[in-house]
Amino acid sequence: MNWLTNFVRPKIQKLVRPKEVPDNLWHQCPKCSEMVFHRELEKNLRVCTHCGHHMRMPVRDRLRMLFDNAQWTEIEIRAVAVDPLRFKDRKRYSDRLKESQAKTGLKDAVVVGHGTMGNLGVVIAAFEFDFMGGSMGAAVGEALIAAAELAVLQEAPLIVIPSSGGARMQEGILSLMQMARTTVAVDKVREKGLPYLVVLTDPTTGGVTASFAMLGDVALAEPGAIIGFAGSRVIEQTIREKLPEGFQRSEYLMDHGMVDMVVPRHELRARLIQLLGLLLHTNPAAEVGDLPASSRRRKALERSTSAPPDPSVPDDYEP
Amino acid sequence: MDRRVLFRCPRRGGGFGVYGSNAAMHFLDFEKPIAELEGKIAELKHLSDADGLNIAEEVGRLQSRVDKDLRSAYAKLSPWQKTQVARHPDRPHALDYIRALIQDFMPLAGDRLYGEDEAIIGGMGRFNGRSVMVIGLEKGRDTETRVKHNFGMARPEGYRKARRLMQMADRFGLPIITLVDTAGAYPGVGAEERGQAEAIARCIQTSLDLRVPLISIVIGEGGSGGAIALAVGNVVLMLEHAIYSVISPEGCASILWRDGEQAKTAAEAMKLTAQDLERLGVIDGIVPEPMGGAHRTPEAVFTALRDAIEMHLNQLVRIEGGQLRARRRDKFVQMGRLQE
Repeated sequence: MNWLTNFVRPKIQKLVRPKEVPDNLWHQCPKCSEMVFHRELEKNLRVCTHCGHHMRMPVRDRLRMLFDNAQWTEIEIRAVAVDPLRFKDRKRYSDRLKESQAKTGLKDAVVVGHGTMGNLGVVIAAFEFDFMGGSMGAAVGEALIAAAELAVLQEAPLIVIPSSGGARMQEGILSLMQMARTTVAVDKVREKGLPYLVVLTDPTTGGVTASFAMLGDVALAEPGAIIGFAGSRVIEQTIREKLPEGFQRSEYLMDHGMVDMVVPRHELRARLIQLLGLLLHTNPAAEVGDLPASSRRRKALERSTSAPPDPSVPDDYEP
Repeated sequence: MDRRVLFRCPRRGGGFGVYGSNAAMHFLDFEKPIAELEGKIAELKHLSDADGLNIAEEVGRLQSRVDKDLRSAYAKLSPWQKTQVARHPDRPHALDYIRALIQDFMPLAGDRLYGEDEAIIGGMGRFNGRSVMVIGLEKGRDTETRVKHNFGMARPEGYRKARRLMQMADRFGLPIITLVDTAGAYPGVGAEERGQAEAIARCIQTSLDLRVPLISIVIGEGGSGGAIALAVGNVVLMLEHAIYSVISPEGCASILWRDGEQAKTAAEAMKLTAQDLERLGVIDGIVPEPMGGAHRTPEAVFTALRDAIEMHLNQLVRIEGGQLRARRRDKFVQMGRLQE
């Protein structure tokens, strides 16, 4: 509300604001309540142009922002049993699934893509929060297993970007089992000596946090993201106290030693490339596109595993 | 006279209980007719003691009715009734099983990082003569011990201690037995600050990495992430009336039905009983409980569990370490998968 809306009389308001304008052209920032024009918001990677608040991002926008030339290949995920418990709360789970599929154009809450970042081959598994709150059921488990197997096959690093409320309750105990399954998956990547990076985005909670999301070699977080195990409402009810300022936000976790860095979205791609370069003993910024990514990766491995004798080290040096 | 007072169970959604001056027996609401009959028996016995009357016949008749009613009530418990039995205050807890099944139990404490969390009891001992590591979630029995064990809700320290003991067992080739009984990991500010999620994740990761046999038994309540942290076993068993679920029925009801009172409905929908989980292929076996539940005849359930653990352990110790690890991982990866 500004002085103009108060000043201009209701009938005239109707004239100046024609009804046929779709209401999704302007987005209200949930933090500062300012209105941001949709194109400006997209250009700014869904970061509020007024206050810098990081809004949730559709999964493919995120992949577009991370991969070289905004290009990647998505992989097919193994089919899972649909609605194994025939679960019905106020609505049937199978109906909820169909609704989410129609809304997002996705089969389930995770998209797995492979491509290059700074010319390094990478596999990314990213969550779509709009698909049932990014919740983890069997399909999400399969997606992470597929992503990990692909990373191992391609000898590529794995980057996982959760945005999830936790386990998918409609799959009952089978959703809980995904905590073990996804842990096996990311361990396969780690065991091959390949980097496993996690970018924690808003929100990362429950069973997702308590499994693969907290097991990254490096944990990055987007500013202001809610990251935690128990929901803040549950904690408040248990301890009957107000929660501290900024509780369960990225910066709070950083202060408590739970993440390595809080990285603004604009810097995320560059930072990931930098990290991968360091972990793989390559310099993606210096070497530009002279080798295909996979042979670069192999070179990097050779360099790291079989170090040639260094003539500058004297023979009698015994550390 | 035997003075009995009706009182409300302090548990969530708890039913009515009868507190007798001679025995602190708790009855669940569906057990009320049985409780009345047992009250009558006790009264008769009391009278016969006083008057020297021979009422053996009447007592015998009542007792057989109690047995029949109990058997039929416990044969077809609803998921919500199972939830109540699994949380029954008189149900044997982890420490009771440790006392009954483990000789020379040597408790070990602390995570070497921050503190000691008594919601998780851990230590070495002998099971049927064999050295083992035992890790159990303990709820406590009375006010004092419940507070001491934080009602069985572990903090990060507890999971980090469990992980330390698992790694130690791995180094010394000790099979691990875990006893799961928790409403869930503790939801608190400090627990979050010290990385509850990370502690659980690492505990699962370590469980999946072990080269020693890991047998997990859900003895009461298997609540969510706080339970699976200790239940990624080569063999996962459940007691007949135990429950194991992704969230408590109350929590599920308040989120999906927006009404915590719908817990009963949620319990039905969630498929949280041992029988459901066996059908879903999530657990490897069910340990039978005596008539009327584990709390009525604890000795019977101790024996049944001892036999079950012995049977599985005997098989598992013959498998080479790398195989144990690979099979455990593969079991979870294959879980719930469609056959191709």
